[in-house]
This record gives sequence, C-alpha cells and structure tokens, in this order.
Amino acid sequence: MILKPGARLISAVCAAELMTVKAPKTELEVTIGGVATIASAAARDGSVAIDAGHDGGILMGKRYVDEADTIELLCTKAGAGAVAVNGELLQLKEAKALPASD
Amino acid sequence: MHLSSFVEMVESGFDDRVLLGDQNSRMTGTDFGFLVRLGATQVHNNYTSVMYVGENHPLLPVALFAAAWAGVPFVPVNYRLEDRQLRLLIERYPHSLVLTDPLTVDRLEGLSLLIFDEWLRELSKIDLEEVGPIEPAENDDAVAVVLFTSGTTSEPKSALLRHRHLMAYLLGSVEFGSADESEAVLVSVPPYHVAGIANMLSNLFAGRRLVYLASFSAYKWLSTVVSEKVTHAMVVPTMLARIVEELDGEVLTTSTLQTLSYGGAKVSERIIRLALQTFPTTGFVNAYGLTETASTIAVLGPDDHRNALTSDDPMIQRRLSSVGQVLPMIEIEIRDDHERAVEPGESGLIYLRGEQVSGEYAGINLLADDGWFCTRDQGSIDKDGYLFIEGRVDDTIIRGGENIAPAEIEEVLLAQPGVAEACVVGLPDDEWGQRIVAVVVCCEGFVVNSKDLQDAVRKVLRGSKTPEEIIVRDSLPHTETGKMLRRVVQSELLAREGGTAK
Repeated sequence: MILKPGARLISAVCAAELMTVKAPKTELEVTIGGVATIASAAARDGSVAIDAGHDGGILMGKRYVDEADTIELLCTKAGAGAVAVNGELLQLKEAKALPASD
Repeated sequence: MHLSSFVEMVESGFDDRVLLGDQNSRMTGTDFGFLVRLGATQVHNNYTSVMYVGENHPLLPVALFAAAWAGVPFVPVNYRLEDRQLRLLIERYPHSLVLTDPLTVDRLEGLSLLIFDEWLRELSKIDLEEVGPIEPAENDDAVAVVLFTSGTTSEPKSALLRHRHLMAYLLGSVEFGSADESEAVLVSVPPYHVAGIANMLSNLFAGRRLVYLASFSAYKWLSTVVSEKVTHAMVVPTMLARIVEELDGEVLTTSTLQTLSYGGAKVSERIIRLALQTFPTTGFVNAYGLTETASTIAVLGPDDHRNALTSDDPMIQRRLSSVGQVLPMIEIEIRDDHERAVEPGESGLIYLRGEQVSGEYAGINLLADDGWFCTRDQGSIDKDGYLFIEGRVDDTIIRGGENIAPAEIEEVLLAQPGVAEACVVGLPDDEWGQRIVAVVVCCEGFVVNSKDLQDAVRKVLRGSKTPEEIIVRDSLPHTETGKMLRRVVQSELLAREGGTAK
C-alpha cells in the first residue's frame, strides 16, 4: 500500500493501531505482529496469532521509525505485536527531552 | 496528522486519568472523549465554525476538539475588544456556533450566542446511540484554529493554523503521556492567544491536568497554585511582574511549581532575576514563538537560567536575556537586507522554516516557495546557537541613515536603578530624519533624572543612540498579554507636537 500522512494502520492480531506521520510515496508492506494490517478493527477476528520475532509490542504515544528515517509511525493504541515495514522491524524513536514551554 | 486522532489517543492513553475540571467536577480522558463526540455531532452539518468569546472556561478544550472532530475551525476571539469591534469579528463568521460567558453575552444583544455551560447542558441531552456518532474529520490540511493577531498596528488579521502545523509542533516538542498523574498545569493565558491554544494542546498530550484561571490576578494565581498543587504554569511578562510584586520579596522555598515558563513579549531582566530568587526551586523556561509559527520555536531552559545567574562568563550571563536555542525541528537563519545569511553575533531579520510554521493569513500566504518565513523580528544568534530578539523591524528608528533598534536602548535604560519600564520611539526630525525619544516609568519610591539616564545610555552605547529627550510618566500602554503598544506611545508624542502618525 501507499501511505499518506494521517493514514491508519490497524493490527490483525492485537489491539495495536498506528498513524502515519511520514512515509515515502512508494509501495510498502506494513505488518504488526508479523501479519499484514487491516482496514478496520472490526475485521479482527482473533484467528491469527503473533509471529515469533514480531512480539516486541508497541507503546502508546511512541513513534517508530526505520533505520533510514524515511518512515515514521505514531502508536495511537498500544499492542503486543511489533511493527515492521517491508520486513524491517521499526525502532522506537528516542525523543530529545525538551523543557515544558507551555 | 489531524487533531481528531489526538482525541482517540487521549481516550485510550488516559482513560481513567483526570485531565480537566475544577474541584467540583473532574473529567477523565474517557469523559472528555465522550463529550467531544457529543459536541462534534451537534456541530457537524449545523455550523461552519465554532467561536469562543469569553474568559477561560475549565472545559474549553471540549469546544476546540469538538470543532476539530467535526472538521470546522475553532475561532477564539478577544472578549476584551470593544463591543463594535467584537461584533464585526463575529459577523465575519456567519453560520458559526458562538459560545460565550455570562458577562459577555449581555454586551452583544441581537447576535445569536450560547453560554458555554448552556451548550454543555444541551450536549448532555443528546443520545449518541440515537443520533449516531459521526466519523472524525481526517483532512490535516484543513484549518484547525483561527487567531486574530493583536492588532497593535491596524485592523486585526486572521492567522490560520492548520491541523498539520499544530500536530507537527506537538509531535516535535511533547512526548505523549510524559507527565506524571500528579502533575497539573495552571492556565492563565487567554484562550484567544496562541499560547492559550498551545497550553491546552501540549498539556493534554502530555497527560497533565489543566486547571483554568478564568482571568488573571496575581493573588488568584498564587492561591490556585497552592490549592490545586500546581506543578507547571505559563505566564506572560506582565503576569510574572505582578506575581513577583504580590510576593514582595517573600521566597517560596516549598512551592509545588516545578516549571514556570514565560513568553509572549519581552520581559525585563530585572523581573526575571527577582522571579528566580522568589522561586528558588522552580525551573524557568523562556519560550519564543509567533502566532504564525504555531507557538514556541525556541526555548531557554532551567539550567540556562541558573547558569546565567551564577556564571562569571559575560557570554553566559547575557543568555538570561536570550530566548535560548531553537527546537530541533526548526531551521533558523538571520539574514541581512539582501536576504543573505549573516555571521554568528551579527544582527538581521529572523527567518524560520519547519513543519509547524504556517506563515499564513486568510487569503495571504507569506511562506516563500522554499518554505522560509520572515518573522519581521530582528535578532542575532551567538556562536553556541542562543537567539537574542531585538524587536520588530517595523519599529526600527532610522536616525541620520543609521538603523537603530529601540530594544537596544530600552535595555540600557531598564538596567538603570529605579527604571521599571521603558519605551523608545522615533519621531520625525528635519535634520536627522528621525530623532529618538524615550518614555520611562519609575519603580515605586524612585525618582529618576532624565539627564542621568541620557548620560548612562551615552556611556554604554553612543551619542547617536542616546535619546534626545527622555520623558518620565506614570505608566505605559500595553496589550493584555504584555506587548507594549509602541505605536500608541508614538501617536501620543506626535499629537503633543501637533503631527500625526505615519
């Protein structure tokens, strides 16, 4: 699929949901827990399990990026599956601590 | 990204955490999300914007997010404007849901207004199951918030902030859920100021409870800090000065305040030093930003403040009057009159670029093709990246062909004992083009002498930057957020001479 900023990614295997912050304009294969994401949480039927190696989980409000920093996804619902794009597991983006300005 | 996704994050991330309300009513993330959906359902298909004209309300964020979810702009308006101006602004937005407070409603007879609490009561009667909840708006290029710039010079202009600008600011500057459950922020900036919007968004995103002060007084602010165990607050310079005055030398060694941030206008170094002494355990943050940059773009942090106080290095001491370093997602350049970048330490016009920079008014886009925005603020950056603001370029005095920033002279005046406020303007002069006139206000119990002040300026700066005349007055005019109304001072001085403002 081609991801636009704001596009939602919903896990087929756990409660996880992500939102696209940035993405290249190319065809991408996004998985959560090793399984392709789905269009709506209602389509999640619990019949599929998380793949081994894709069970690192994602945390609420955290951002996940690829090594090349071409894609960035924001976790809007936490889940037990890890997120991967074209087979590459995304890493937690460490935020630089800023003083609270407002 | 769109602010509607923010609502869903708050609902799921802070489901049972108290985020809003006062001692009589506490509202969790779940309650908040539910109310926003009700509000959006009512706004959707009925209104093309949601306006708010009134003092701060403890549940004000519900109005902003209901508008966002329904896909219409939120338009907060300065209720302190005179009735005629207020009416004109409201009439600019037909088909708007105009929410207000009990005091303002009486001033605007004939307009269709709804008191905020009545709106909430109306919402509580909606059966969401029956009417069917609406899907959240998703277009992040839509306008989220319209703010009227203070209009210190002319008719108010409407600055547009789109969802992508506000979300870029949030994602770049605040970690979701980074606040501890015990934290609370005291919001005393008015809702029609970009700082009021940023306050609301940043703190909800961090999961910090918002405590609203309907309108500011130093006494109310200080007592609310104690009663609500407030840990964070943002104030404009006038408020900071009043708080320090109210305490009158008392030192609050056990304040719950972890962070006190200030911004919105230039603050005098004297006040900052006093404030640092008054709150010895509090971290101070100076934030600089513009309406057109969706709030903060540079911050001077707590360590910078304390270091400036204790350091022997003049370079580090002077940082107390800087606005710190730019945020990581912002690019900055200081440029000369030919738009060429200058060397560190040199003054010029401040240009900014970044995803949060909107640079847009209704019908006018001020962003260059390559994304750079000219702030029309003058400034310089030292070799370590600390930004110093020298005032608006439009306020520059040109005397004998020399460009002079009023702020430079004001700083010297403010550093003199007994000077509380200073305003420097240029007046037409046959010989020099413009001549420099200063108006100063003395600290209570002090008397200053114009001649001594002129000597002091001549010593630090040069003869050409020394005001030809220094007038002592009881007060200077300001906007409610502390910006000095330089043009008003200038007009008054001109009127004295029988001239008119240019």
